Amino acid sequence: MLIRLNVNGEWREADVWPGSSLLAMLRDDLGLWGTKNACEQGECGSCSVWLDGELVCSCLVLAAQADGRSVGTVESLGREDALHPVQEAFLEAGAVQCGFCTPGFEVAVADLLRREPHPNDETIREALSGNLCRCTGYQKIMDAVHLAADRMGEAAR
Amino acid sequence: MQFFRPSSLREALEIRAAHPEAVPIAGGTDLMVEVNFGRRRPEAFLDISRLPELREIRREGPNVRLGSGVPYARVIRELPDQVALAQASRTVGSPQIRTRGTVGGNLGTGSPAGDALPVLAAYDARVVLRSSTATRTLAWRDFLVGPKRTALAPDELIVATEWERAVGPGSFSKVGTRNAMVIAIAGLCLQLDEAARGVRVALGSVGPTILRAPEAETFAAGILDEVGAWSDRGARVPEEAIARFGELVSAAARPIDDVRGTGAYRRHACAVLATRALTWALDDRRAAAMEAAS
Repeated sequence: MLIRLNVNGEWREADVWPGSSLLAMLRDDLGLWGTKNACEQGECGSCSVWLDGELVCSCLVLAAQADGRSVGTVESLGREDALHPVQEAFLEAGAVQCGFCTPGFEVAVADLLRREPHPNDETIREALSGNLCRCTGYQKIMDAVHLAADRMGEAAR
Repeated sequence: MQFFRPSSLREALEIRAAHPEAVPIAGGTDLMVEVNFGRRRPEAFLDISRLPELREIRREGPNVRLGSGVPYARVIRELPDQVALAQASRTVGSPQIRTRGTVGGNLGTGSPAGDALPVLAAYDARVVLRSSTATRTLAWRDFLVGPKRTALAPDELIVATEWERAVGPGSFSKVGTRNAMVIAIAGLCLQLDEAARGVRVALGSVGPTILRAPEAETFAAGILDEVGAWSDRGARVPEEAIARFGELVSAAARPIDDVRGTGAYRRHACAVLATRALTWALDDRRAAAMEAAS
């Protein structure tokens, strides 16, 4: 079936199988490989995207359910030559090791900082509880969130 | 494979009647796991995630009606005074799951581990079902008939759950290996009803379906009566009575051994959760009594 999505501000369409997830459509049909496919059961958060501005696991949404709606992926955050402050902070704090979970974390962190510009540790842990990282042990990710929050706070001033 | 996308509840119910093979999908947080893993290949999907009728929260006096399509994130934001339900909602999955998952989905899946379900049981909630020709309202225990078995007919949709708000402290707590993304090994909701002088306790993940603990409820209400705590919220309830309450709640469980925990551990967890929940409720009442007195 033909599905049309507004992805990162641009209308895109693809002919997908009705049982196809939004994640599969983004990766396999639209070539947006930043959103990662790991667990396919909502456990790991690697496929986090915004659906109409809300943070969701794209593996648990049917592409057909997203028809006509707006989707934001990690590609909307920054580009290689113009990283988002969250992405800069992840690099600087050493919050990236193998990197597989990183796009999902960056989307979840950007989502958190939109709602809560200066989160404390507890708030960060709860907000990121749906994202798994098997390399860093999370402390560097916590550092990155604080660093990004400080930078974005300064930039806003 | 077909995909139906009705724009109103009426249209959805007509499709449901004509195509009982179409599997309703809202947040998809249970169903999509099955689909992604190839364990289920529905002939058709019926997308109910955008039906405005299912996304309403209505309150009239003490009565609350929660649309089946309201996601947990909204329950947390919009029903903070339904303390136990908001607490249970906050323990569901993760933020990503809570923006999509719904109480209607918990009911539809009918797992004894559904976090919202012990709360609905302790609230004496009713489940509202509709078909294209009729509306049925069932008590929660008549709807949840077994492990992952419900009374939903093939031509019906779950449209809402409703209850009368009990005035009094209440809480939800569960035991699991971490604070997020966990299927409860045991879950418990305790709700005091000051007006009826009643204590209600419901258990999840420790039986084929959600269980109430009637003997423990009668015992606790009686003890509060004995020590005069219903009229004087500051009155002390002896520790031994709280411990006995825990034992009685534990005795109401009908747990099995499975990958998440043993039956013995689950029974123990029920006693711990029950004594904690009653202690919190009594502490809340004493704090309120002290505040009122100062």
